[in-house]
Amino acid sequence: MIETITQPWPWYTAGIIIGLIVPTLLILGNKHFGISANLRHMCAACFPSNIPFFKYDWKKESWNLFFIGGIFIGGFIAAHFLGSDAPIVIHPALQKELATYGITDLSGMVPTQLFALHDVFTLRGFIMMVGGGFLVGFGTRYAGGCTSGHAIMGLSDLQWPSLVATICFMIGGFVMANLILPFILSL
Amino acid sequence: MKTQKEETDFEVRSLDTMCVNESNLSHPWWYNFKYLAVGIVFGIVFVKAEIISWFRIQEMFRLQSFHMYGVIGTAVVVGAISVFLIKKFNVKTIHGEEITFTNKKFNKGQIYGGLIFGLGWAITGACPGPLFAQLGTGVLAISVVILSSIAGTWVYGKFRDLLPH
Repeated sequence: MIETITQPWPWYTAGIIIGLIVPTLLILGNKHFGISANLRHMCAACFPSNIPFFKYDWKKESWNLFFIGGIFIGGFIAAHFLGSDAPIVIHPALQKELATYGITDLSGMVPTQLFALHDVFTLRGFIMMVGGGFLVGFGTRYAGGCTSGHAIMGLSDLQWPSLVATICFMIGGFVMANLILPFILSL
Repeated sequence: MKTQKEETDFEVRSLDTMCVNESNLSHPWWYNFKYLAVGIVFGIVFVKAEIISWFRIQEMFRLQSFHMYGVIGTAVVVGAISVFLIKKFNVKTIHGEEITFTNKKFNKGQIYGGLIFGLGWAITGACPGPLFAQLGTGVLAISVVILSSIAGTWVYGKFRDLLPH
């Protein structure tokens, strides 16, 4: 049993559990699965700056902040107690490509050769961490949701605008990963 | 007058978001711990199924692995069946409240914003949920990414009226 838990989980196990979060949140309190709105709640709570978009009672959405607090704790528990230290096996072509940019350390979930605090002030590190984060925060709110709100909750409720958003997420991702990121990584 | 103000607040909160929820019941704040518990399960799945792995996201966008497509696809199927059943049997919340769904209106933001988020997603290798799980696993540099994403949301809010919708 313990061995089963410490092994990486297959996609269908993960997919089923994530899918079940949708009805769980609805049944626990009529909450619609979504995460990126938290970034807005944080703005509303900390820097509303008299901007109409942030002038609302964020405390009414505080369940959402508890939810991401749980995600943070879950990440901590999994990393420290459920054994996830083994380097992950990635596609040989990706491994070869990354090696040309000097990314050879495949341990952990995040490549430490790209995401490290002391790299924030290099051009590559700045684009990856500050630039990437900015695009995620700006884009998700402009789109009205992220992978959870649109791709999972929206599609589960058969909302076609969510399908449009999901397709655009994927187009943006394909363009970045294949056409732009190679240039950024070689900086 | 008070009702008027509350409606306005609801309208502001409803802008550009999927998850607006209005409950007529007022629970003590610690009732929110049930959502914390669900979040913990979600966070563990994120790590154990390598969904928060930057490498898995790169594979996804290079069509080198089925993993992420399998995860998202299965989640959507399970979610859709659940939503269908909730609607069909008019399932109520554990507090006896109605479960409500609001149809999403299309606007150009879903295209422009979607593309912008996609560009960011392939750089960070994480959408907003995984960012918090990554930070939980102890990668301190992710705090920079999260702060920058909050800044991105703030800048969107600041210039929202000037952007095409």
